[in-house]
Amino acid sequence: MMRVWGTAQDGIGTNRREGETLDERFDAASSGDRRALARLLSSIENGELKVEEPQRKDSDWNILALTGPPGVGKSCLLDRMLHEWVDHGLHIAVLAVDPSSPRSGGALLGDRVRMRIVDDAERKESVYVRSVATRKTSGSVPLVVREMAFCLLHVGWDKVVIETVGAGQSEVRCAAVADRIVLVEGPARGDGVQAEKAGLLELADAVIVNKSDLDGAQRHADELRESLHLGHEDAPDVLLVSALYGTGVAEASSMLLTLEQSTRAGRARWRERLLSHHERQLLEHPKFDTLLSSIEEGLMSFDDAYAQLRNGNE
Amino acid sequence: MDQPLRIIIAKPGLDGHDRGAKVVARALRDAGHEVIYTGLRRTPEQIIETVRDEDATLLGLSSLSGAHGHLFPRICETLREHDMGDVIVFGGGIIPEDDWPPLFEAGVRALFGPGTTSEEMVEFIATAVKRDDAGVGHGAGWHWNQSA
Repeated sequence: MMRVWGTAQDGIGTNRREGETLDERFDAASSGDRRALARLLSSIENGELKVEEPQRKDSDWNILALTGPPGVGKSCLLDRMLHEWVDHGLHIAVLAVDPSSPRSGGALLGDRVRMRIVDDAERKESVYVRSVATRKTSGSVPLVVREMAFCLLHVGWDKVVIETVGAGQSEVRCAAVADRIVLVEGPARGDGVQAEKAGLLELADAVIVNKSDLDGAQRHADELRESLHLGHEDAPDVLLVSALYGTGVAEASSMLLTLEQSTRAGRARWRERLLSHHERQLLEHPKFDTLLSSIEEGLMSFDDAYAQLRNGNE
Repeated sequence: MDQPLRIIIAKPGLDGHDRGAKVVARALRDAGHEVIYTGLRRTPEQIIETVRDEDATLLGLSSLSGAHGHLFPRICETLREHDMGDVIVFGGGIIPEDDWPPLFEAGVRALFGPGTTSEEMVEFIATAVKRDDAGVGHGAGWHWNQSA
């Protein structure tokens, strides 16, 4: 029996679905019923269900975060790598995160369009792609995605790849959800000094420079390598690929499968996990929206509102 | 506010015009929903797999090619065959009013043509998800548009 449990009110049967119990849904998802799996993931996303971390079978990674700036080709590259991994015999789930509008709360989730493998008759059974919105959380990936990944591992998927929102230099939140971090970069992303800057680059377990077919990719890869090797003995590999033409993809895919965790990021990972957890606690406070309105309307001071939010969680 | 609804906007068949679908996707996003656009030229099976894997509550079909009379009912039927009768299906594009009755008969709950406001679509969605007979599994029955 998997270590999954529902919260006080069992919300599973309430959202317009027929009355299926949690255990039934879990068993169905474990035996390959994707509808049941999709519903389980929704329950987790909606905060109706919590999932514990599964027992790891080996030291290899189970959850990998693919992150990097917008437009560098994360989705296209992932699609290519999924083909390789599936041909290697793996069953891989993808949680593709896109941002929610801070104004309306809505989202347009567009990564799936680029995952052409879901239309590939011979491979689609080995791949599950789920689009996820950031909802209220800040940063490039919400913490709840970690539990969604746990659920996917529980029901039998070999590995989970989290594709983050297009992330900037300081977006290190993905360290909170994944075992390994792969940073995807593009060509000509500024001069050599950009590669020296602190941030995401320091936490990456591997760096992939995509669009090797374009000018500047090789140079950018060289600059990154040089920068990474300057300060650390345990520098991550920098690979050059073209997701468009497939150049270097087989090598990158095979390297990523056995990617070791860099020793440089241990403390930072826990830091990000603590911070995301704290943010989630605040966001899940029942009075969060009310307090927010009170501050906005000048009915309550910021400090008082924050104190209430914190007290509510103790 | 409740959790956002997950909505698939799909372009079935050999129709390369998706300005309308994108405008609708955008409008539903601005109304606070999570919208997944499938891209062009999807088969009914691909669309249904997307609805299944993404756990969508609603499916919006866009057609400007004239193939709606064949594709929309086929998609409704395939949803029912795959035990996804609770999905709410609506459509839009260029769909002559004469063609509406058989589509409603097939389980489509609303058809939106040129000139529809985004407010109307949002209102339809809010109404449909509150009803317990709006899923495609209920076949013919309630539908949004009055004139057909």
